[in-house]
Amino acid sequence: MPTDPVIEVRNVTKTFAGVRALDDVDFTLNRGEIHALVGENGAGKSTLIKVLTGIHSPDVGRISRNGRISTIYQEVNLVPLMSVAANLFLGREPRNRFGLIDRVRRDAEAAELLTSYGITADVRSPLGTLAVGEQQMVALARAVAADAEVVIMDEPTSSLEPREVETLLEVVHKLHEAGIAIIYVSHRMDELYRICDTVTVLRDGRNVHNGPLKELPRIELVSLMLGRSVNEIQKHGTTAFGEDHHADAQPVLEALDLTSKPRINGINVAIRPGEVVGLAGLLGSGRTETAKAIIGALPLDRGTVLVAGKPVPHNVKAATKAGISMLAEDRKTEGIIPNLSVRENIVLAALPRLSRFGVTSRIRQDRIVDTFVKRLRIKVSSPEQKVAELSGGNQQKVLLARWLCTEPRILLLDEPTRGIDVGAKAEVQALIDELAREGLAVLLISSELDELLDGADRLVVLRDGEVAGELEEAQLTREHVLTAIAAEVMDDADSH
Amino acid sequence: MMTTLTAATRAKVLQRQGAAVALVLMVAVSWLVFPRFGSLDNVRDLALQGSFLAVIALGMTFVIITGGIDLSVGSLYALGGVLAAWGSQHGFLVALTLPLLVCGAIGLINGLLIARTNMAPFIVTLASLLFARGLLLAITDEGANTYQIAPDSAFVELGRGTVAGFGYPIFIAVALCVLGGALLNRTGFGQNVFATGGAEQSAILMGVPVARTKITVYTMSGTLAGLAGALTAAYLQSGVTVIGVGTELDAIAVVVIGGTLLTGGMGTVLGTVIGVGLIKVIQNVINQIGTLDSNYQSVVSGVFLLVVVVLQRILRR
Ligand SMILES: Nc1ncnc2c1ncn2[C@@H]1O[C@H](COP(=O)(O)OP(=O)(O)OP(=O)(O)O)[C@@H](O)[C@H]1O
Ligand SMILES: [Mg+2]
Repeated sequence: MPTDPVIEVRNVTKTFAGVRALDDVDFTLNRGEIHALVGENGAGKSTLIKVLTGIHSPDVGRISRNGRISTIYQEVNLVPLMSVAANLFLGREPRNRFGLIDRVRRDAEAAELLTSYGITADVRSPLGTLAVGEQQMVALARAVAADAEVVIMDEPTSSLEPREVETLLEVVHKLHEAGIAIIYVSHRMDELYRICDTVTVLRDGRNVHNGPLKELPRIELVSLMLGRSVNEIQKHGTTAFGEDHHADAQPVLEALDLTSKPRINGINVAIRPGEVVGLAGLLGSGRTETAKAIIGALPLDRGTVLVAGKPVPHNVKAATKAGISMLAEDRKTEGIIPNLSVRENIVLAALPRLSRFGVTSRIRQDRIVDTFVKRLRIKVSSPEQKVAELSGGNQQKVLLARWLCTEPRILLLDEPTRGIDVGAKAEVQALIDELAREGLAVLLISSELDELLDGADRLVVLRDGEVAGELEEAQLTREHVLTAIAAEVMDDADSH
Repeated sequence: MMTTLTAATRAKVLQRQGAAVALVLMVAVSWLVFPRFGSLDNVRDLALQGSFLAVIALGMTFVIITGGIDLSVGSLYALGGVLAAWGSQHGFLVALTLPLLVCGAIGLINGLLIARTNMAPFIVTLASLLFARGLLLAITDEGANTYQIAPDSAFVELGRGTVAGFGYPIFIAVALCVLGGALLNRTGFGQNVFATGGAEQSAILMGVPVARTKITVYTMSGTLAGLAGALTAAYLQSGVTVIGVGTELDAIAVVVIGGTLLTGGMGTVLGTVIGVGLIKVIQNVINQIGTLDSNYQSVVSGVFLLVVVVLQRILRR
C-alpha cells in the first residue's frame, strides 16, 4: 500500500500529574485504512485519541493532520437534556433563508438518518430517554454524518447489542469503501480481526507494535498487549470460567411474576446458592429491567422477590439488606462518583459492614482496596487517586470491586466485563467463578455469547419482556441459545 | 437515567404550564375581586413595572441555562441608571451607550474570569456585585449626589414616551424577549447555550465553544442589566442610587418560576416572561389590598419560589 498519511504523530509524550499516559509515541494513519488501536485498560488509547483531536495538547511531540476528524469518544459525548435531533446536528443545523435553525427540516432529516441505523425513537424527545445502546448509535450517526476524512471510534461497541454491532460494522464498511480512514479501539478481538487492516499496540503509554493485523496471530496480539509470553497466556482458555458449580437444592433467590408494563411481563427466575444463572436476550428484551426489578429499582405492577423464602420489600435498601447487590449496566450515570478517590468508591457500599460503632477501620479498608486493586489489576497511581482520572475500563473495575466487597449473597451482574481488557476480563470471570464456588448466587447478563455459555450453569432466555425459554446445562450450545434468543436474528444471518 | 429524564421532561412541561396556569388564575381572581385591577391604567402600569425586570431576567435566563448564575445584575442595574443620568448631560447617545458599555464590560470580565479561570460564577459575580455597588457609591459621593435628567431631553422620552398609553420600555422589553427567544431556540449560539449547561464535558467533546458561550452570556446579562437601568433612569428622570438591591434575586426567582432548571440545560424565555408577570401581579394585588404591608410581597414571592423549586426537585426524580 502506498503510504499517504492523514494523521502523523511523532514522539508524543503526555503526562497527567506524574502519570505518563503516553511515552514517546509514534503513530501513522494512512488514507483509507482501518487501523486498530489496542492495549490494556489504561494503556493510553483514549489519551492518544484526545491528543489527535486536540482535546489534550501533548507535552512534547508533533502532530500533523491532513483532513477533518470526527470522533466518537469512549464516554458517551452527547447532551442528555437536548433532543435527539439537536444532538445529532449540534454545530451544523440546517438553516432557513434567514439563517435561523430550520427545526422542522432538522427533525425530519434526523428521523430519516436514524431510521437507517435502526432507531425509531421520537427525535424530538430528550436524548437521555433513549437506552444507552441507542445513544451510542446516535453518537455514531453524528460522527459519520459529519463527513470527515477520518473517523475515530473509541470502544464504539462496548454498549451495543449483537444486532447493533452488526449495524455498526456495516457502517464502518461503508465508510471504508468511501475511502475514509478509521481508527478503531476495541477490546473485542473478533471485531478487530473482522474489520481492521493494521494494528498499533500500546502498553503503558508506549507503542510496542505496529503492523498488519491479519498476519498477527491472536495469541501474539494478546501477548503484546499484556507484555507476557505466549506460553503463559496459552494456559488459559478463551474465557477463564472453571467447572460448573454444584448447586444446593433450595433457591436463595426467587423472583415471581415480575411485571412492569410495558417492559417486563410475568418473569420468573430462581437462583440457588453457588449457581450462575445467565440472562440471555436481545436489546430491549428486558434483561436489565429484570435485574432492576429484583433489586427494587424498577416500579412493579405486580410480582414478588423472595430471598431464602422470605419476601423482600420492593426497594433497593431492603434488597441490599437482604443480601442482593447489583452492578449496573450504565456505570457512568449509575454508580461512579468521579470526585471521590478509588478507595472511597470501592468501600462505599461496604462501609456499614466495615464499621463498628460508626467508626470505620482504615486498616481494613486499605486491605480490601489493596486486594481488589491487585486482583482486578486496576491501574492507579495510588488508591487515593480520583476515579475521574482513571481510564474507562479501570473505572468499571472500580465499580465491580465495590459490589464484590460487600460480600453479597446474591449478585446481579449487568455486563460485568464490558469495556474491560482481555487480561482483566479473565480475572473477572475467574472471580465470578470463585465466588459462586463459595456459595454466592449470581445472575449474569452479557451480550457476549461465549461469556454466557462458559459462565452460566443455566440460561433464562428473555424475549420482548417475557421468559421465552430456559436452557439447562446440557443444552448450552451456541445454536440452541441463538435459536432461543430470536428466530429472526438467525434469518437475518442466513440471508447474508 | 432514563426515568430521570422522562420525569424531567414532564417536570419541564408541568413547570412551564404550572406558572402559566397560576398566572391565568391570579389574573382572573384579581380581576373579579379588585375592580381597579382590570383598569387600563393598572394594566399599563403593571406592564411597565414588569418590563424593567423582564430585561434583566432575559439575560439571567441565558446565564442560568448555561448552568451559571449572575449575582451582579442588581448592582449593574443601579449603576446603569446612574451612568445614564450622568451621561444625559452629553446627549441621548452618551446616555444610552455609556451604561451599556460599562455594564457590558463588567459582564465581559465576569465571563472571562468564569470561563478562563474556572472560578465559580457565584463567587465571581458576587465580587462584581460589590464592585459595581462600590463604584456607584464612589461616583455619587456615597449616594448623596443624584444626577437629574432634564425633563425635556430626548432621553426621558425613551422612558416616558407612550404608544396608546403603553410606555416605550414595554415595547423594548417585548422586542428583546422575542429576539432572545429566537436567539435561544433558532441559532447555533442558542444550541451552544443548552449544550454548555446540559453537559459541559460532552459539549467540549462535541466541539461546542463552551468558553466563548459563557463569556457571551455574562456579557449579555451585564449589558441588559445596564439597559434596564438606563430605561429606569429615563422613566424616573434621575439616576436613583438605592434601587437594584436584591434585584438579582428577583431575576433569579422569576427565571426559576418560569421553569428554567437552576442546574442548567433547560429553560425558555417565555417561561421567564410568565414568571415576571406572576411576580408583578402578586405585587400589584398586595398593593391593591392596601392594608397589607408591602413586605408581604416578598413573603408571597418567596413561598412561591420555594414551591416551584421543591416541585422541580421532586419531579426530577
Ligand atoms: N485527566 C486525567 N488525569 C489524570 N490521569 C489521567 C487522565 N486521563 C487519563 N489518565 C491516565 O492516563 C492513563 C491512560 O488512560 P487512557 O484513558 O488513555 O487509557 P485507555 O487505554 O483508553 O484505557 P481503557 O481501555 O480503559 O479505556 C491511565 O493511567 C489514566 O489513569
Ligand atoms: Mg479508553
